[in-house]
Amino acid sequence: MELTTVWFILIGVLWAGYFLLEGFDFGVGILLPVLGRDDRSRRLAINTIGPVWDGNEVWLLVAGGATFAAFPEWYATLFSGFYLPLLLILVALIVRGVAFEYRHKRDGARWKQGWDLCIFWGSLVPAILWGVAFGNILRGVPIDGRHEYVGGFVNLLNPYALLGGLTTLALFTLHGAVFLALKTDGPMRAEAGRLAARLALVAVPIAAGFLLWTGLVNLDGWGIALSVLAAAALLGAVWLTRIRREGWAFTATGATILFAVAALFITLFPNVMPSSLDAANNLTVLNASSTPYTLKVMTWVAVAFTPIVLIYQGWTYWVFRKRLKLSDIPA
Amino acid sequence: MDALDISRWQFGIITVYHYIFVPITIGLSFLVAGIQTAWVRTGKERYLRATKFWGKLFLINFAIGVVTGIVQEFQFGMNWSSYSRFVGDIFGAPLAIEGLLAFFLESTFLGLWIFGWDKLPRRVHLATIWIAATGTLLSAYFILAANSWMQHPVGWTMGDGRAELTSIWAVLTNSTTLVTFPHTITACFLTAGALLIAVSAWHLKRGSQDDVFRPSLRLGAWVVLVAGLGVMITGDVQARVMTEQQPMKMASAEALYDNTSSASFSLFTIGSLDGSEELYSVRIPSLLSFMATGDPSGEVEGINDLQAEYVDRYGPGDYVPNVPVAYWSFRLMIGFGVLAMVIAAAALWFTRGERRPASRWLWIAAGSTVAMPLLANAFGWIFTEMGRQPWSVFGLFKTADSGSPSVSTAEAATSLIVLTLVYGVLAVVEFALIIKYAKAGAPEIEPPAEHDADKPLAFAY
Ligand code: HDD
Ligand code: HEM
Ligand code: HEM
Repeated sequence: MELTTVWFILIGVLWAGYFLLEGFDFGVGILLPVLGRDDRSRRLAINTIGPVWDGNEVWLLVAGGATFAAFPEWYATLFSGFYLPLLLILVALIVRGVAFEYRHKRDGARWKQGWDLCIFWGSLVPAILWGVAFGNILRGVPIDGRHEYVGGFVNLLNPYALLGGLTTLALFTLHGAVFLALKTDGPMRAEAGRLAARLALVAVPIAAGFLLWTGLVNLDGWGIALSVLAAAALLGAVWLTRIRREGWAFTATGATILFAVAALFITLFPNVMPSSLDAANNLTVLNASSTPYTLKVMTWVAVAFTPIVLIYQGWTYWVFRKRLKLSDIPA
Repeated sequence: MDALDISRWQFGIITVYHYIFVPITIGLSFLVAGIQTAWVRTGKERYLRATKFWGKLFLINFAIGVVTGIVQEFQFGMNWSSYSRFVGDIFGAPLAIEGLLAFFLESTFLGLWIFGWDKLPRRVHLATIWIAATGTLLSAYFILAANSWMQHPVGWTMGDGRAELTSIWAVLTNSTTLVTFPHTITACFLTAGALLIAVSAWHLKRGSQDDVFRPSLRLGAWVVLVAGLGVMITGDVQARVMTEQQPMKMASAEALYDNTSSASFSLFTIGSLDGSEELYSVRIPSLLSFMATGDPSGEVEGINDLQAEYVDRYGPGDYVPNVPVAYWSFRLMIGFGVLAMVIAAAALWFTRGERRPASRWLWIAAGSTVAMPLLANAFGWIFTEMGRQPWSVFGLFKTADSGSPSVSTAEAATSLIVLTLVYGVLAVVEFALIIKYAKAGAPEIEPPAEHDADKPLAFAY
């Protein structure tokens, strides 16, 4: 296989990993006002992701860095073109990250309320905007002959991309609810389970609509096959949340996310950022990539170190595998 | 101001800001790991209390270091897309490697350290903080390799309108990286040592928790002195490498306009801001020649001669960086570092035995130590980066060509204002928390129990 293809796949894997992992901790943040009735239950929810959210976020940083290294043109066009949405995402991630660390560091209802709002908005905004961003990438945006984005901000807010944003929002929120049901015990577990069952009913039509629209615009055999798998996994999740098989339900929402990302990337290939102005301006895996030498170096690095990262991140999840309950949370 | 100027301000502001937290993270992670090792070895409770106390300050600092780092990772694409296109083949690799090797390590093992007090065997738990600390070093190495390539491009060839990598090994063992890394890391230890002095002094003055804070103060002071010595030695080597690779930077650092042998070094000057006319200056004979070449009578090239030479080599243009900034940031870097060392030496002397000095001024000086290396670090970077101008990659690519054509002035201004405001608020919040927890002193704690399923977590958000 061409190294450019390998790196296209690896970038897809990094985004899939990011959405799979940070997806549920976004979901937990979004559900904080709903499931966290009092301070103690909010702390319970936050502590289910406490040891892992930062490691989850690094998937994004590595996806960004790897895009820079393997497809510099893509990195440059994407992040300078989607400037303001990206700024919003960054601000959201900033206030959210600080909120986890700081909310318990002082007493006082207003202090905590403020940080809770940061967690909520800091999770909600990226959960929507990543979907909007990928919706736009798939749909194609105005890119000129120098590979510069010339569309402006409003151009990014089209119905298709916005539906993409709703889809990621719905999926991540569901994923988070299932995660909470899986990681807690007591009233929170029951409540998160009930909520997940209801959220699943909302997520299904939204996600189905988005996948269908995508399939209609880009008739691509593999893309459609993977979309069908994503839809099947989502329906499986609906059923599994109803019968309260939390572990399997979480696997199913995770699989939905993985299949959906795979479908998007396969549909995109060999483009990385199609131009809506002229197909000649498309950024592709070939014209956006680094030199073969750089790709070779990066491949060795990835082959050598990714397994190690997976092992110790997996170990962290093992160490913190126990369900949390209210009585675990110190006063 | 156009989008490019705004982007320059934004880059400077958010990177200097990021770098307030970075040296504290790097230095303090190792000091906390060391203190925790002392506890695991000796079982003495005061070491455990010290670990928890400094660990808490470390985490408050770390939180901001992480979130400001996220902005760093994306700003090259956002504001410097032309630069990213030009250097991506080379510059992206160390950045990606940093993420894969270092950021995963730091974030995952710190999570384990924070939440693992009761869940991991004592020695495994100790290992997590050492691994996280090692991660900070790796992170620094790779990002400095990226930055050093901008100072001194190696292992590349000119491809189709962009620089292309020919040897990753050359990039990772760039002579510039090899001297920058030890200088930066020793400066990080100096910074963390100064933090120990400042906080411990506050408690010692009030006589609270002497058992924790007297050793902490003395540890901090020794760290400052030893690291400070290291900073000076490595800085001296670095100055020579820099003179060879970027003579214009050294000439600007001294505001030296004409080639000079046995050049003297001015400690400070009163005169015109750019040093072209001086009314009064304090000079050390031959020191500049020695710093730049290793020989007291060596010849140092001057700004005017270099400018003429560069016009010949690179075509017409202005190749002189902002001289007052280079001149003063270089001196302020050294000056603030030396000041911190003087205070550290004084702190050691006045607290020898069981002494507790009465002088108020001494305590004020000790309490403010931490500000000095932070300023020195910031000026060090400002010197390094501004002294390289007008180049973003020395000799290859100009800052003026580096910006993002698709980012409008309004967009750039929006991000500058938003980020500055957010960072400003965060600074206030973080400072208040550091003060609160520094004042609260070391917690009284029971040593962690063997695991008991029904006990509340030892730590929870
Ligand atoms: C990995 C690369 C890298 C690293 C580690 C740093 N810089 Fe840098 N710096 C750049 C890459 C860069 C850059 C993106 O390339 C800029 C933007 C324009 C330019 O010429 O270089 C730059 C510009 C730039 C400017 C504005 C200069 C001007 O416009 O005149 C300042 C003040 C700094 N930097 C300061 C810093 C500080 C305090 C750093 C410490 C953390 C730092 N830089 C690390
Ligand atoms: C402009 C270049 C830089 C970029 C792109 C960058 C990127 C980042 C990113 C993305 C993070 C967050 C990692 C996480 O989530 O855990 C981070 C944190 C960190 N960076 Fe930077 N960084 C830059 C400059 C530097 C420099 C010059 C150093 C050291 C010499 C450094 C050392 C660190 C360390 C130790 C951390 C850990 C968090 C903390 O500071 O508390 N960085 N950086
Ligand atoms: C005798 C004292 C010192 C000397 C001779 C010295 C020398 C230097 C030189 C020549 C550079 C520029 C390297 C380049 O641009 O290529 C530099 C950069 C720097 N210095 Fe210093 N320095 C001294 C003290 C300090 C102190 C006390 C600190 C902080 C506590 C510090 C922190 C830095 C930092 C952060 C940089 C930027 C990163 C780098 O390029 O290494 N320096 N120093």
